[in-house]
Amino acid sequence: MKRALTETEAFRMVGRSFPHRDFEQKVQGAMAYADDWRLPGMLYGKVVRAQVPCARIASIEASAAEEVPGVRAILTAADVPRNGITEDASGLEIGTVIQPVLAFDRVRYQGEPVAIVAAQTPAAAEEAAELVQVEYEDLPGVFSPEEALQQGAAEVHPGGNRLVEWRMHRGDVDAALAGAEVLIEETYRTTHVDHAYLEPEAGVGWIDSDGVVTLRVSTQVIEHAREIAQILELPQTKVRVIATYMGGGFGGKEDMTIEPYLALLVWKTKCPTKMVWSRQESILARQKRHPFTMRYRTGATRDGRVIAQDIQILGDAGAYPLLSPRVLFAGAVTANGPYDIPNARVQATAVFTNNVPTSAMRGFGAMQVVIAYESQMDRVAEALGLPPADVRSVNFLREGSRLVTEEAIDTPVAIEETMRAALQGLGPTETATPADPSKRIGRGFGCNIEPYGRTSFFADRASCWIGVEPDGTVTVRTGITDLGGGQAASLAQIAGEVLGVTPDRISVHIGDSALTPLAGGTFATRQLYMSGNAVLKAARELREKLVPVAVELLEPGGGQVEFAEGCVRLRDDATRFLSLPELVRAAESRGVFAFQLTTFEAEVGEFDPRTGKGRTFPDYTYGTHATEVEVDIETGMVRVLKYVACHDVGRAIDPLRVEGQIQGGAVQGIGYALNEEVRYEQGICESTLFADYLIPTSNDVPDIQAIILEIGPGKGPFGARGIGEPPIGPPAAAIASAIADAIGVRINELPITPERVLAAVRQGSIGGR
Amino acid sequence: MSKVPIRVTVNDREVEVWVRPNQTLLEVLHDEVGATEVKYGCGEGICGTCAVLLDGESVNSCLMYGVQADGAALTTLKGLGGDDKPPHPLQERFLEHGASQCGFCTPGMVLTAFEFVRDHPDPSRDEIRTALEGNLCRCTGYTKIVDAVEAYARDQRASKS
Repeated sequence: MKRALTETEAFRMVGRSFPHRDFEQKVQGAMAYADDWRLPGMLYGKVVRAQVPCARIASIEASAAEEVPGVRAILTAADVPRNGITEDASGLEIGTVIQPVLAFDRVRYQGEPVAIVAAQTPAAAEEAAELVQVEYEDLPGVFSPEEALQQGAAEVHPGGNRLVEWRMHRGDVDAALAGAEVLIEETYRTTHVDHAYLEPEAGVGWIDSDGVVTLRVSTQVIEHAREIAQILELPQTKVRVIATYMGGGFGGKEDMTIEPYLALLVWKTKCPTKMVWSRQESILARQKRHPFTMRYRTGATRDGRVIAQDIQILGDAGAYPLLSPRVLFAGAVTANGPYDIPNARVQATAVFTNNVPTSAMRGFGAMQVVIAYESQMDRVAEALGLPPADVRSVNFLREGSRLVTEEAIDTPVAIEETMRAALQGLGPTETATPADPSKRIGRGFGCNIEPYGRTSFFADRASCWIGVEPDGTVTVRTGITDLGGGQAASLAQIAGEVLGVTPDRISVHIGDSALTPLAGGTFATRQLYMSGNAVLKAARELREKLVPVAVELLEPGGGQVEFAEGCVRLRDDATRFLSLPELVRAAESRGVFAFQLTTFEAEVGEFDPRTGKGRTFPDYTYGTHATEVEVDIETGMVRVLKYVACHDVGRAIDPLRVEGQIQGGAVQGIGYALNEEVRYEQGICESTLFADYLIPTSNDVPDIQAIILEIGPGKGPFGARGIGEPPIGPPAAAIASAIADAIGVRINELPITPERVLAAVRQGSIGGR
Repeated sequence: MSKVPIRVTVNDREVEVWVRPNQTLLEVLHDEVGATEVKYGCGEGICGTCAVLLDGESVNSCLMYGVQADGAALTTLKGLGGDDKPPHPLQERFLEHGASQCGFCTPGMVLTAFEFVRDHPDPSRDEIRTALEGNLCRCTGYTKIVDAVEAYARDQRASKS
């Protein structure tokens, strides 16, 4: 459902849905994903992984593995030219620890790569990998942030287990809490979650005829080519990454996955090599969503105004930093939710443990905090006997409101409208009691704030090349990657809008570090904002180059022209026009070339980590989800009966794709709320089977009613706001709230499994409707 | 392990292929026959991305050996339409409804839906949801997939009445 509350501008391409070529290929089975590629003489790579989470490597014995027929290479740490990946994830040189590509003297988590094998068949590679004998001597480890922060705890890396600690504050929290009429103090916990995209990590690499190590891989970030070059100690011009259309990413292909291992095998063997991680090794060893422990103290006045909030967040970073500093930063900035809280304090700490590393996943720290800040709002409302919507309304951010960092929101905030629309979408409460006496029905909702765009001190930028071909079709080149959300398709619509060309006549070439201008990867809900603006800027610049030529030919005295329907024509006389091929020919004969290369630069701001003040994110997307659930108080099973998800996206470039993001994010969030957990016992993964990692099936979820609002213009092209990550924020909060409505007990720990529901039922007196 | 020959029909094309007895049908189709639209997603029979029709009935090709398919007629997503053939109406409904995002589940999802509507021409949305339970999708949230299958079933009934 699309409801345009603002006056709709006269768009021709934007705001409509087009069947783009990549989707045609997908429904016909013609899309060549990373694993669907093969070269003559290709070898197969396999990673040998640590079986224990914390140990010294006493020895590695590969002679039996070398005997396996068809084995071509076995590499260990000593074979890696520069065995380290350093990521300044905070952007402020905080929390940088070198992560070995292959473990050298010790392993720090179960599944850490220790060696790699290349062989002529997948079976030979697998057999050889199993025969690589690694002797471990166990070391004491730490397996939770609380344990890791204790005095005398074993250190994961020298220098202590505190990876990063962000502190932000506004006003006088202690005084305000002391003066509050209601004080709510609660602790919330979330867990390790897997991205579970259906396409496992995969790719093929080869050395091109010009000596360039080339990887065609499933990745969100082609700029990793530079890190790979450093690992191989090659000039950065000698590594090329081509990103395939991905079978899902969700942040899990933002850090490198197979790339360094594949590159090493290609570089060593000089043979084309393929590597595909199995689902089970993906669950075992690839990075997860951070479990957060969140302690909230919230003070409010009798009228429901939240006057103070004190927040402490502990995040389990696992054994290496990856993007943890940035994830905790996003969590800290948004920990107070879409609310203007005059006295607020946040301390967010990422802690090393000997668990699997955690890093980017859709929502990126700003989603874990939603269940905490929304449950606190509900509890304030309960304590005061006020409707939860009213309590939110008096506290919502508005344009000009300040966050905990003291920066002001500088675009319109339509959170109130999303809440009203979502609640209305759920419809009137049906008072019919369930037929089954063991069932209870409840309703709840949750609101959220999610940044789009990279942190402003990263000085983000995206480049784009656009050109009109002699036949009037349009080529766009930009180094984005496409996760499946229609990232490339949206760019065609934006270019088409400016140049008056339908998307089927526009080819968008993406994801090649050698050939497409770099655009910074697809993550942080930045792609539409950054590359969309880059394409818009490039297309407009190109149009401005061509306008004088058109005017000279159509109305030499000077006139207004417009680009439409594959032509340029006089605005007040559409019968006088040039086709684009005629325009291109005329322009080139005058030395005006029909292409443009340009860069869009995001707003840049400073942040001071000592004071916790400054600029953080360029802007935010707001939304509300509302749901009705049925709880079986005998089995603890929760069934989601109705679900409405509303976000203000400023401008929907392609409404069908926006709905798809909202519906898909909501369902991922429902899985996060009720089922999903990768369980570890002392750092050992309890199950690596997909059968045990329960993502929602079609039968687990109802229809998701998506409501798109276009109210507050954002900073993306044509006023768009990012929508990739925001929809995964509210579901857990909305469902927890609905369960509380049903059974009268609020559950603070995710996932809300039947066991936890039953425990809550036993603990509470069963109320509900 | 020495290879043995099997003869299968893949989308109406007869092929003879030499396979190792322990190769799964998925490996045979994807790696040996070149039917890359048959996807590896988990190897456990959980996700359904490797689903194909074997003599008209859907199976997870990761859960059987290639040699077990000797003599069988196999249909992959490309067997329904596309390439030289016009796209199948179900493929067109998936495209129109935005039922494919990353597209990785689509080959198995479309085949399962095709088989289901063939056998159950007038399904409710709940019945569609139950039928697709063995095909996981991580992107769409399923609503648009159910929309597409429902629209296809409606079209099929209309064209037959």
